[in-house]
Amino acid sequence: MNNSALITITDLVKRFPMGKREFTALSNINLTFNGGEFAGIIGPSGSGKTTLLNIIGSLDVPTEGKAVVLDNSVGNLNTRQSADLRNQYLGFIFQTYNLLAVYTVFENVELPLLLLKMAASERRKLVNQSLEWVGLTDKVNSRPAQLSGGECQRVSIARAMVKEPKIVLADEPTANLDAKNSHHILQTMEKLNADLGTTFIFATHDEKVIQYLKRKISLEDGQVVADEVKG
Amino acid sequence: MIRFIINGLLRDHHRSLFPIIIVAIGVWITVFMQAYLSGVLGDMTDSTARFSTGHVQIMSRAYADNKDQVPNDLALMGVERIMTEMEAEYPEMTWVKRINFGGLIDIPDEHGETRSQAPVAGFGIDLLSPNSTELHTMNVSKSVVRGHLPENPGEILISEMLAEKLEVNLGDQATLVTSTMFGSMTMHNFTVVGTIRFGIQAMDRGAIIADVTDVQQALDMQDAAGGILGFLPNRVYDNEEALAIVEKFNAGHTDENDEFSPVMGNLVELSNLGGYLTYAGQFSTYLVVIFVIIMSIVLWNAGLLGGLRRYGEVGVRLAIGEPKGHIYRSLIYESVFIGIVGSIFGTALGLGCAYWLQVVGLDISAFMKNSSMMIPSVFRAEITDQTYYIGFYPGLFATVLGTMLSGIGIYKRQTAQLFKELEV
Ligand SMILES: Nc1ncnc2c1ncn2[C@@H]1O[C@H](COP(=O)(O)OP(=O)(O)OP(=O)(O)O)[C@@H](O)[C@H]1O
Ligand SMILES: [Mg+2]
Repeated sequence: MNNSALITITDLVKRFPMGKREFTALSNINLTFNGGEFAGIIGPSGSGKTTLLNIIGSLDVPTEGKAVVLDNSVGNLNTRQSADLRNQYLGFIFQTYNLLAVYTVFENVELPLLLLKMAASERRKLVNQSLEWVGLTDKVNSRPAQLSGGECQRVSIARAMVKEPKIVLADEPTANLDAKNSHHILQTMEKLNADLGTTFIFATHDEKVIQYLKRKISLEDGQVVADEVKG
Repeated sequence: MIRFIINGLLRDHHRSLFPIIIVAIGVWITVFMQAYLSGVLGDMTDSTARFSTGHVQIMSRAYADNKDQVPNDLALMGVERIMTEMEAEYPEMTWVKRINFGGLIDIPDEHGETRSQAPVAGFGIDLLSPNSTELHTMNVSKSVVRGHLPENPGEILISEMLAEKLEVNLGDQATLVTSTMFGSMTMHNFTVVGTIRFGIQAMDRGAIIADVTDVQQALDMQDAAGGILGFLPNRVYDNEEALAIVEKFNAGHTDENDEFSPVMGNLVELSNLGGYLTYAGQFSTYLVVIFVIIMSIVLWNAGLLGGLRRYGEVGVRLAIGEPKGHIYRSLIYESVFIGIVGSIFGTALGLGCAYWLQVVGLDISAFMKNSSMMIPSVFRAEITDQTYYIGFYPGLFATVLGTMLSGIGIYKRQTAQLFKELEV
């Protein structure tokens, strides 16, 4: 069973220094994610969703316990190794899109490929394919400022997907979007999950997102209070 | 990746244009100042050499000790023999004898009575030998305002200002009243054949130029002169070369008890330029250092602000798995690019201004009315080899340093912390 797990989190505790004392953001977390999941970490503001997602994304390290992502123990990686892990297997989607304003849609999506030794023609193929998945092939040469919020978030999905990562981590991806666009991008991600088998893990408290999730992990004050798989 | 960086630079003017402008301005000032400084110093050195000391100069010990008073009673003797020796030993160099003298010039009217009179500073130089270099050295031919160069013994040039003051016309007689080498008063008649303006205030106020042989006769200075001036072969002053010649000569003339024995000095020690020259070298260094510091601080802050603006970019690049070191280096590459472009622009601007000042010059004669310094009334820049590359030190160094300083902030920050800042 553990062999097929993408992510295994064991007895994880995360504390932040707060002046002289410490603040416990996460405690006693035990979770396993398998390939192809469409899961969400849900809970009120300050419950530790982003903190947990950051550790899974090897942007932060556990204080105690272990988080093993694709056979890499996040706490034991040096910065180079954690960069490699993100580079090869992880995609990120942010609430604020974080597209680079001076680059075109094409160049934004191409960015993750630039770190690989890959021919320009190969990159072009992958970027176009990724933009096709999110339905933005007609905007390749636009700049982010010329796009709507929904379109921006679709570009950032294309950027996260261009290397066909094993896992996509999305922190509040709909927080800046209206209902119509929220549904649109969730349907896009749902389809990618079904077609490509990519694992999606959300951190959210948005009802619109929650209704799409196949698994809901509820956090409260840094503890898992529920972990339900949809019917 | 390189195209990614270059595209970013070209499209994001905050990232390229602003720093390039700062760098270019700093480099511009540095380059211009360097050219200006070497121009002024070059001019000062050059005119001191031409009009006053040569590159090296032989005088009697006593004359050398009192040279400000132009003490012709202490003049160097046996001049022809020393000159022959020096010409034999340094045939590539130019050796000339000169006599500086003071006195009164008296312009008589048709009855032989004094019409006007003025104190003069006289220069006895070799005007009449067919192969004399002195006309060229003192730039006499080009400085003639009216009349012509002396062609026969007894003919002199006087400065145009003096000529106007004394109301002398070409062809008029002028009587020099002065004292001989042996201290007795003497009068000698000359004919004014031309007027002259050197563009050096100290000389233009009241100079007369006479042939050195005439002056020797007038002052009873047979085979004697105020000094023998030596000029290095390419006519450019080289302190080390001059020092070597001086040391060699003085080692062969060690008779310190004979105050009439010859002694040699070089331009730097005989004039007051030594201080200036050292100062100028240091000044160039200070200038570069100061601009590196100022521009680094400005660019550091610009980099910090730019860095803040670029948190999004840095965060995204970290998220896609670009190593921190890689991001840091790419920021440095950017700064190298900006440094080079800014330095090129700044150097071009600086060279342009320097060229203008080299060709047109800046007339400062208004400030030099009472100056006795041997500096020309027109300041000119001089573009040297250094002018071409000096700007690249502050230009490149400051940008890279500024970027390194501001980049450290990004580098040191915890990855997750960067993302926290990204969210706000
Ligand atoms: N770097 C840090 N230093 C100190 N405390 C932190 C740090 N990061 C997070 N925290 C604290 O940990 C707790 C959980 O933060 P986290 O960002 O994970 O919450 P969240 O569930 O994502 O909230 P939201 O829904 O508002 O995004 C919060 O109380 C927060 O103040
Ligand atoms: Mg959060």
